[in-house]
Amino acid sequence: MSTTTVEELAEVTAPEPFWTRQRRLGLALILLGVVGAVLFGSLAPSKDARFTLTEDAAGAALSINGQFGAVLFGVLTLVAGGALIAGVAKRWSNALLAAGIVTFVLSFLCWQVAGQFMALEDTLGGTMDLALPLILGALAGVLGERSGVVNVAIEGQFLMGAFAGALVGTMAGSVWAGLISAAVGGVIIAAILAVLSIRYLVDQTVVGIVLNLFALGITGFLYERLMQPDAAGYNTPPQMPSWRIPGLADIPVLGPVFFDATLLLWVALILVVVIHFALNRTRWGLRTRAVGEHPTAADTVGIRVRGLRYLNVLLGGVVAGLGGAYFTLVATGSFTKNMTAGAGFIALAALIFGRYTPIGAFGAALFFGFAQKLSFYLSAIGSPVPNQFLSMLPYLATIIAVAGLVGRVRAPAADGLPYVKN
Amino acid sequence: MTAEPTTEKKPVEKETFLNVFLRNLWSSNSVTVTALSIFLAVVIGAVLIVVSDSAVLAKFSYFTARPGDALEASWALISAAYSDLLKGALGDPEAFSAWFSGTGRWQDALAPISETLTYAAPLVFTGLSVSLAFRGGLFNIGAQGQAVLGCIAAGLAGFTFGLPIVLNLVVALVAGVLGGVLWGFLPGLLKARTGAHEVITTIMLNYTAGLFLAWLVIQNGVQAPGRTDAISKAVASSAQLPSFGGVLRVHLGIVLAVIVTAGVAWLLNRSAFGFELRAVGANPHAAQTAGISVARTYTVLMAVAGGLAGLGGATQVLGTAYALTPSVAGNIGFDGLLVALLGRNRPWGTLMAALLFGALRAGGNRMQSYSGISLELVNVLQALIVIFIAAPALVKAIFRLRAARSAGFGVSPAKG
Repeated sequence: MSTTTVEELAEVTAPEPFWTRQRRLGLALILLGVVGAVLFGSLAPSKDARFTLTEDAAGAALSINGQFGAVLFGVLTLVAGGALIAGVAKRWSNALLAAGIVTFVLSFLCWQVAGQFMALEDTLGGTMDLALPLILGALAGVLGERSGVVNVAIEGQFLMGAFAGALVGTMAGSVWAGLISAAVGGVIIAAILAVLSIRYLVDQTVVGIVLNLFALGITGFLYERLMQPDAAGYNTPPQMPSWRIPGLADIPVLGPVFFDATLLLWVALILVVVIHFALNRTRWGLRTRAVGEHPTAADTVGIRVRGLRYLNVLLGGVVAGLGGAYFTLVATGSFTKNMTAGAGFIALAALIFGRYTPIGAFGAALFFGFAQKLSFYLSAIGSPVPNQFLSMLPYLATIIAVAGLVGRVRAPAADGLPYVKN
Repeated sequence: MTAEPTTEKKPVEKETFLNVFLRNLWSSNSVTVTALSIFLAVVIGAVLIVVSDSAVLAKFSYFTARPGDALEASWALISAAYSDLLKGALGDPEAFSAWFSGTGRWQDALAPISETLTYAAPLVFTGLSVSLAFRGGLFNIGAQGQAVLGCIAAGLAGFTFGLPIVLNLVVALVAGVLGGVLWGFLPGLLKARTGAHEVITTIMLNYTAGLFLAWLVIQNGVQAPGRTDAISKAVASSAQLPSFGGVLRVHLGIVLAVIVTAGVAWLLNRSAFGFELRAVGANPHAAQTAGISVARTYTVLMAVAGGLAGLGGATQVLGTAYALTPSVAGNIGFDGLLVALLGRNRPWGTLMAALLFGALRAGGNRMQSYSGISLELVNVLQALIVIFIAAPALVKAIFRLRAARSAGFGVSPAKG
């Protein structure tokens, strides 16, 4: 989406202020560090917080005194923030920011887990489960938006994918048929989006939002007409098998999560790398970025702007449809009305928070997945922190990111603008 | 209908009024496109009804042998569904004749229209919220979140203050407006100060508001005493919008909606602020050059739009729901978006569109209970209508309409 503003003209001439992006980040980290060291430290009971390496309380564990840990990690956050304000070399700023956020989360965890235990394998597994559709959805967004087509219909593509996967998967009795038709379901929504916004020049955000409502309506309608009366015939899709790679699967914590997993997880991880590489290193990627930044220039050198946009939006439909398949073919064994419940918008948030790059979107999706997993964990251990507020985290983080309170997100220049050849 | 004689045509021979009328009728003017969009949506809805009915579908398996069977069954199914839709929206002829012959109550005959107006009332407000923002060049997807905040503020005020009659209602409505203003002001301010795109911030604020409501209704002092499910105390009867009671659920909100529509029309077309916002919507750079503060306009506009949506949420709580639940706002914000698009971002057009959507919703309820066709069909119809409205070129291509002199889809959507 374009973020040109009334302020932009002023921005060019303004002198470099003292509060650069780096220093503002540092200030934010210092505030977080104070919260961690003082607030979490004083609230945390002086009991051991155990982080077990397995799925339950048994076995080897990393253990730390909760109060000590909360203060320690809070102080580390402070140090990271202080280093940013002091003005270390710019190439270290991202690393310091990451360190600051991680230590703040650890400080929070030490407070919450003190006197309890947290199973790392379960936490990581849950995070990956929750992040998987977000990764695929955000990648679908990357494909569209980098070529200049805003895709706010990820939610609709998820729903169509989930529905088509369940319906065809059940009728054909094959999970692979379900997976393919989930991709087709995503492509159907993507195709309507592409035709209306590229061919008929309808505002892309309008189309996207309306398509979400359309997908919600049509899947809900067919669910109530077909699946509810005859669940056995239409809504009991086979589940994707978990494949175990011998040897690698025995690595503690990581093994069971990454090497005893469904194909979909591997597809998502491979796609992150492939799309990252393709965007930055191939002819297709260069052209996609050119079309997204300056379609007129791209057209002048002979790139087919509309054709490339069609291709990318449809590819995005495939990816988002696979993300939808997760809901019916991996997570639960059946389709229900509005089962994605806003995951498409969290994927959109991950895309923006990840600065429209595949790797960034992947990181953001993991972070949001972790936040969700954490909210489940906290409500399970009866934490006083309401899980609704943790669930707000992706949304609030995105608002902060686009508002540039800590670092501005810049969308591709031609994002959301239809291309009309003169 | 654009039936005025065209003047820029060569005045070689005098055209009759009828000629001009007919020519313009089948051109892509907004009335024809709207009518054809609704028609297309209804046709697609009919197809969906048939393909999702296994009994009828079975008859299609021997279509070549006896086509009559399949067609007859399809027609019976479709006509039953749509006639229930109409009866539920406008009224059942049988109930009317019973009323006139003295065997039925007038309430029963008017109940469908009352339902239509009940569903339409909040949509008018959320629709106006989106329309107004659109005219200023902002795409307010946040009507949903603003309506949720309106629900929260109006609901809290409704059961907290215990003021005397009339005053209590006014305070609750104002609280609802302020709740919405807050949730609209935030993205407006962010847009003006930092350039954060309002589409993104309002989407995120929608979900934030929903989660906040879900948290709030289970807190002590808010949750209804003795209840374990997520529902708040009921608003005091003095804070409820007056209605006829019984089967006639229609309440004062629809009257309020008409008044507010007139107010928004005045604001948009007659006031200085309306001029400024239209100027900013048409071309922010030109407006800036002309001395209009674009940043201030964005902020105020989003606050006003938020207030309208908040009022929509308030009517929902004070007029029909009477208590807060996590889903009290339903889908009124997103439906308001469709309403605004269908009403072509004009205040009175939005009111008409809201009435159509209210009618679909009321009729859909009857269709669900009498014909067993899922209410979700209404959502599909609404989305389809707006898809076709938004792409007049598509409708034009399907029906081979002539170009109209003013083929207007007056949306100048969010351009940063």
